Amino acid sequence: MAALTREETEALIQEVLEVYPEQARKDRAKHLAVNDQSLEKSNKCITSNRKSQPGVMTIRGCAYAGSKGVVWGPIKDMIHISHGPVGCGQYSRAGRRNYYVGTTGVNTFGTMNFTSDFQEKDIVFGGDKKLAKIMHEIEELFPLNKGISIQSECPIGLIGDDIEAVAKKANKEIGKPVVPVRCEGFRGVSQSLGHHIANDAIRDWVLENRDGDESFPTTPYDVAVIGDYNIGGDAWASRTLLEEMGLRVVAQWSGDGTIAEMEKTPKVKLNLIHCYRSMNYIARHMEEKYKIPWIEYNFFGPTKIAESLRKIAALFDATIQAGAEKVIAKYQAEYDAVIAKYKPRLQGKRVMLYVGGLRPRHVIGAYEDLGMEVVGTGYEFGHNDDYDRTIKEMGNATLIYDDVTGYEFEEFVKRVQPDLIGSGIKEKYIFQKMGIPFRQMHSWDYSGPYHGYDGFAIFARDMDMTLNNPCWKQVKVPWKTAESSNVAVAASA
Amino acid sequence: MALRQCAIYGKGGIGKSTTTQNLVSALAELGNNVMIVGCDPKADSTRLILHAKAQTTIMSLAAEAGSVEDLELEDVLKAGYRGIKCVESGGPEPGVGCAGRGVITAINFLEEEGAYDDELDFVFYDVLGDVVCGGFAMPIRENKAQEIYIVCSGEMMAMYAANNIAKGIVKYANSGSVRLAGLICNSRETAREDELISALAEKIGTTMIHFVPRDNVVQRAEIRRMTVIEYEPEAKQAEEYRQLATKIRDNKNFVIPTPITMDELEELMMEFGIIDDIDESIVGVTAAAEAAVA
Repeated sequence: MAALTREETEALIQEVLEVYPEQARKDRAKHLAVNDQSLEKSNKCITSNRKSQPGVMTIRGCAYAGSKGVVWGPIKDMIHISHGPVGCGQYSRAGRRNYYVGTTGVNTFGTMNFTSDFQEKDIVFGGDKKLAKIMHEIEELFPLNKGISIQSECPIGLIGDDIEAVAKKANKEIGKPVVPVRCEGFRGVSQSLGHHIANDAIRDWVLENRDGDESFPTTPYDVAVIGDYNIGGDAWASRTLLEEMGLRVVAQWSGDGTIAEMEKTPKVKLNLIHCYRSMNYIARHMEEKYKIPWIEYNFFGPTKIAESLRKIAALFDATIQAGAEKVIAKYQAEYDAVIAKYKPRLQGKRVMLYVGGLRPRHVIGAYEDLGMEVVGTGYEFGHNDDYDRTIKEMGNATLIYDDVTGYEFEEFVKRVQPDLIGSGIKEKYIFQKMGIPFRQMHSWDYSGPYHGYDGFAIFARDMDMTLNNPCWKQVKVPWKTAESSNVAVAASA
Repeated sequence: MALRQCAIYGKGGIGKSTTTQNLVSALAELGNNVMIVGCDPKADSTRLILHAKAQTTIMSLAAEAGSVEDLELEDVLKAGYRGIKCVESGGPEPGVGCAGRGVITAINFLEEEGAYDDELDFVFYDVLGDVVCGGFAMPIRENKAQEIYIVCSGEMMAMYAANNIAKGIVKYANSGSVRLAGLICNSRETAREDELISALAEKIGTTMIHFVPRDNVVQRAEIRRMTVIEYEPEAKQAEEYRQLATKIRDNKNFVIPTPITMDELEELMMEFGIIDDIDESIVGVTAAAEAAVA
């Protein structure tokens, strides 16, 4: 199907908005836009980070999800207590595929669920005493833990528990960092505020721990990877490239990360930001306080990887710059072969995305490397600085949708008829039942990594095996075949 | 007779618990089966009936046993003077946890366990002074208390509180069957107190159901952890509580209140000389500034 013109896309948005009651229509209209690359600022065309309308199917999460699920959860050698009733921790346990090295239950705890399991009496009498007791139980049962974070669920904010006081006391008694995080789910409009709160907690309770301690030997090439959650091993596939070009990766935030790495981050020379949305706050703080510059990079697909490697290298000396070129050259045969194999099978295919964090813009280049085009994209919980960064990546007259509703997404797909959709588990089966190939772009559909050159090969293979899967040819609507319609006619006669 | 559920509200320290327990004792004396449900973490709503310091509460027992589901009704329900059934919801120390949730949990427990049996004629909820959150409104929600009595006096803050409680009742009255049943004036011996409270009652659409005079026998009885009805049945004050009980038993005047505005309330107080005319020119002027002008 040919690409829609600007007028057609605008008409489509109007048509989709038509069914809403007036107030909802007015609100949702601000969140839907036709891309215009000539715009410098996205606020000319789109509004974001606002409360979702009641009654729509929004895909957003909560502040607890942003803190425990995204930022803190992957720090593998700490124990993260889901403080409150059992559900929040249990139903989100091990859900994000943040890979890590270690022995779970001994020195790492990533896939386990620790909760204070609130009962009625804890609500009425407060949970501080229970929380204090849990800290000591943890210390006894899991002595190799390197610290504890307290991830507040909703009731904590309602009953006024003083988790900061409990944390300070436990920190003195245990002698390890204990971090209270006020990420009650009802705060903010999405998981985005949870990221911010989690960043602030790191700033206030972790980052200064080694200020004035110069015992860690530094080099001029020390960097930290910020905002890579190592989903399916992404951070590992990224780290190798940085190391091969001559940099020393001191810390991974927070996939396969440790609290010691976080504490050492203020000693690095440069912070490298992959997921800007969830961790720009801490990078800005380190810039202000420790004068550490930061840059954003993109390790999806060879074009963006090469661009990013050169951009990073430009901030270092000639050795590193030569290193970057060496890395790009080293992998060229590999990624050329990937492109040679898959591009002919994927050329011209059109993709619609709807994800969170960095992916709605960062994966566009990887699709383009395979000859594909992203014709619609949007963020679950993005802010306007995300959309500012998206306008230039997307083609003119493509669709941009913020906090898209279930209804809008389906209607857009019906009209745009993409060849592939990339979104989450809640969207997957709806679109597959509509006969459209689908990839989960939060969990990489249990595949990955997708970052780096290694990841690109897997990404290309996955897109091909989904899109060109023979099953799609088998999807026939039984009542639309000539034979069955005859049967139907015969039956009704 | 069908079970009547009544809730007693009023400003903190106005004498709700004392009045309720004396009133309930008088109702029991008249041959009624009565239960008191204390809805205040302080748990002092039943001590005069049980001659106890403080009754063991539903929430403290639940915390001990593990959860409220582990409790039986007989663990929490104690019978006192003339068989009056007593139960306290209980709750946390000041400054921690959620007392409102304690009230909700306790009342749900009583309902599920069948505390409101057919034998009962009256249930009285004695509720913490300030309805600070939804938990303390629990007794006036659907299918709970349908009659609200507000204890007040001729003091300014007591009247403010009474009017505010009336506002709260309106909210629940419009969606359910809760009604304001009257003001009980617990006298502080302010000037023209009975007239004032009668006038306030009229303005908010109800009556002053009884004027309870001040009498030291109440304190003498309290020291002995007893109601006046039990301690000194012939006392004049006991007769007052009996009158209050009779009036409540025969009360049919249940209304959706018509709370008044702050201005109207202040006007009423000025009329009775509780407060002076408001002189706008002195608002926000310190003593030092006044002295400087003079």
